[in-house]
Amino acid sequence: MSDDTLSGWEVVVGLEVHCELRTETKLFCGCRNVFGDEPNTNVCPVCLGLPGSLPVLNKQAVEYAIRIGRALHCRVQPSMFHRKNYFYPDMPKDFQISQYDVPVNADGWLELPSGKRVGIVRAHMEEDTGKTTHVGGGGRIHGAAHSLVDYNRAGVPLVEIVSDPDMRSADEARDYVDELRAILVATGASDGKMEEGSLRVDCNVSIRPQGSTALGTRCEIKNMNSLRSLGRAIVYEASRQVEVLSSGGSVVQETRHWDEADGRTHAMRSKEEAFDYRYFPEPDLVSLAPSQEWVRAVEDALPVLPAERRRRVAEAAGVQAGSEPVATVVRLGLDALVMATVAAKADAALALRRLANEVAGQLAESGVHDIDPDAFVRLVRMEHDGELTSAQARTVLKDFVADGGDPKAIARQLGFEAMGSQELAGAVETVISANPKEWERFSCGDDKLVGFFVGKVKAATGGKADLRAATEMLRRRRGA
Amino acid sequence: MSGPVHAIAADVRSGRRSAAEVLEEHLGRIAEREGSVHAFNLVTADAARQRAEQLDRAVAAGGDPGPLAGVPVALKDLICTRGVPTTCSSRILEGWVPPYDATVVSRLAGAGAVFVGKANMDEFAMGSSTEHSAFGPTRNPHDLARVPGGSSGGSAAAVAAGFAAASLGSDTGGSIRQPAALCGVVGVKPTYGLVSRYGLVAFASSLDQIGPFATTVADAALVLDAIAGHDPRDSTSLPDERAAAGSRLGRGAQGLRVGVIAELAGAEGISADVAARVNEAAEALAAAGAKVEEVSVPSVVYGLSAYYMIAPAEASSNLARYDGVRYGLRKPGADITDMYVATRSAGFGPEVKRRIMLGTYALSAGYYDAYYGKAQKVRTLIIRDFEAAYRSYDVLLSPTSPTTAFELGAKTSDPLTMYLNDVCTIPSNLAGHPAASVPFGTGDDGLPVGVQVLAPALGEPVMFQVAEVLEAAAPSSGGAA
Ligand SMILES: [Zn+2]
Repeated sequence: MSDDTLSGWEVVVGLEVHCELRTETKLFCGCRNVFGDEPNTNVCPVCLGLPGSLPVLNKQAVEYAIRIGRALHCRVQPSMFHRKNYFYPDMPKDFQISQYDVPVNADGWLELPSGKRVGIVRAHMEEDTGKTTHVGGGGRIHGAAHSLVDYNRAGVPLVEIVSDPDMRSADEARDYVDELRAILVATGASDGKMEEGSLRVDCNVSIRPQGSTALGTRCEIKNMNSLRSLGRAIVYEASRQVEVLSSGGSVVQETRHWDEADGRTHAMRSKEEAFDYRYFPEPDLVSLAPSQEWVRAVEDALPVLPAERRRRVAEAAGVQAGSEPVATVVRLGLDALVMATVAAKADAALALRRLANEVAGQLAESGVHDIDPDAFVRLVRMEHDGELTSAQARTVLKDFVADGGDPKAIARQLGFEAMGSQELAGAVETVISANPKEWERFSCGDDKLVGFFVGKVKAATGGKADLRAATEMLRRRRGA
Repeated sequence: MSGPVHAIAADVRSGRRSAAEVLEEHLGRIAEREGSVHAFNLVTADAARQRAEQLDRAVAAGGDPGPLAGVPVALKDLICTRGVPTTCSSRILEGWVPPYDATVVSRLAGAGAVFVGKANMDEFAMGSSTEHSAFGPTRNPHDLARVPGGSSGGSAAAVAAGFAAASLGSDTGGSIRQPAALCGVVGVKPTYGLVSRYGLVAFASSLDQIGPFATTVADAALVLDAIAGHDPRDSTSLPDERAAAGSRLGRGAQGLRVGVIAELAGAEGISADVAARVNEAAEALAAAGAKVEEVSVPSVVYGLSAYYMIAPAEASSNLARYDGVRYGLRKPGADITDMYVATRSAGFGPEVKRRIMLGTYALSAGYYDAYYGKAQKVRTLIIRDFEAAYRSYDVLLSPTSPTTAFELGAKTSDPLTMYLNDVCTIPSNLAGHPAASVPFGTGDDGLPVGVQVLAPALGEPVMFQVAEVLEAAAPSSGGAA
């Protein structure tokens, strides 16, 4: 977000993320919950809302919701379901079963890689709607020539995660979604695929004068289907609001639609927006009261989550938890390699540097990795011990990450065998005789010159010399 | 007095009579009188004959079809039957055929019953006279100029006219008990959650309950025991830890404590002859050894008002799905909104529209607390008052309907007068408690009067026990018409 467009203003962002749970079956019936099947094949009287059908709550969905709640440090509480009433052809019952004033999870937080905490208001359960495709009329229902509805998605379990308005930039909002996605995937509750719609993000954007603590009037932005469009939408919307306020107008609280093509947000027509949902308790379901034992068992089975993994890596490598390399290796799932290095008492800081820079860069291009931790640790050790120069180590690492194998064998193949000590001694002698004055000063105690000589040795050997060994040799030679 | 359901099942199981023979007797009565009574939206004679033959073959092969072997049963036309149209007596479901059976249908079939047809009703069970049917009213078999009550008027009339030995109805505010009273048969609304609602087209989900009609108390208990029990498809279904409904039959009333609800016995609108029969019923129980007293259940007087907030509110949501998109009637429109409006305007009758509007209003932003919220508080109050009463009494007694059967058209122009029919029956629905209507003599017009026996949750055994004593003491049977 460029400062000149927002000078004097601060953007305030809160996010509502809908996450599809990857349960075997739907939330209230036994139909399969899968993406991409032939339309209207995973349907039954319940998820089609046929007269006389009744919902029965899916236990696995509740367990996944609890996993999400505890992973977000929420209070898991007795809750109930409500009906949210509105007419739309992709809703078979013309109401959605959702949680309203008493959600299963409330009052948690999520820690961004920067260390900042974003408050979580609630993470509640609800059923998904079917999927409508409007043919003609610009893809909107009004004006469409006809519409096709696929009810395979109707009744798929969702958890909606509502954040506090704690984010202050588009980047922070993206970090939040990224982190939330990592948590959801780690818990096993969701596949986190934004492109398949398993993760859908709406955001509330408002602005306020820098230094103010009051919240401005917010607009809800819908229809962003990637992190990139989320960032663009927030930047656009914030600058739009700045323009409105700067020209003496006021922001109207409304829902706005992000248009990827023109890069703007547009107010949705009031006809599509002015709903009174007439919430009331769902009489076909009983209240949901997970036992403390169950919640504890679900919590105990949670894997180590990204924030804790970052803490462990940072501690192992002796760096700040909020540092970029730490966030990178955890995001890419490379932190196990750092931890393996620590376990082998090798140089974890060096391992972190190599993973966050060279390996991360390489994976960004190739996208795959299956790195043998033991072999990786051996390579870190070879570099640390001077068997390989850092340039050599990086070359070996590249081949190793791409094709696997034994780092020693790769180094040998590349002709990176550490220089024999006799060969090194010859090179050291050559350099001493070529620089008598400097040697004289070094011999008299001017230790700064060690760098000068090591550099000369490096140049003379074409970078193949083990510089640590060369340094030791120079010092021994001076004392002799 | 065990009744025709018991007799038919015993005969068919033992081979004394064939299911086919029993069925033909009933089909014969249908052929004779259905034209004037109009108890059915659909008579499924062919399927019933096939079914009866199948049962007879099973018996001949040494099999036992079950406790309802060969018993002809009518189903209210909002109970889903696979492959057989289920209309709710509404145009909006035109052309819809359920792809599945309601749990009660599977259970009755499993017990050996034979389905004779789908019984007429007030549209979506909204009404007390069966005049609000899109397919024309059902008439009272005792007097064709009069209504059979409602909304399960077809089910009640079918049993009263001998078209079926038993039937199922649904009761949201009295829709089984009131027509049972007006048609002179036994009608039972079970404890909420005792009978699965899976496959019952919903009117008001928190109040709806399926229950039996029969000509005797013992028959009603037998049918109830066949359909009751936990169903994993209904989240509000109760667990199976309970005694059979008929487990206390034949024990008399000695030592039982009976409370006559003061607020209902003397309520405004209760006609003198009905009040007199309730008094006689109370005296009969006292004569049978029960301790009978008047008891106050103060909050029941608010039941009607609370009901007419809660039931329409839930209905407005339950009936939203009839939108022309997926099944049933569709009237074309310029866009989706026009199509919704055209379809629902054409498909629903005036009483259904009235309740949808009432319920939509009650749930609207800004009104929820004043209407729906307050009604739920009344509901809690009623439950509390009943609980207090049941600390001192085993069962409670009241009229079922304020009057005997009224004439067709007498109340259709004034919805409020029609709603008052349910004043005595509604409290049990709000509380989720069981209640039964038992025929007890006739009114000054010679038409049947029903007395209501109310019991606490899962109090069916004692409710049937008392109902049976009343049945035996009743001045005239009032049964078949
Ligand atoms: Zn389904």
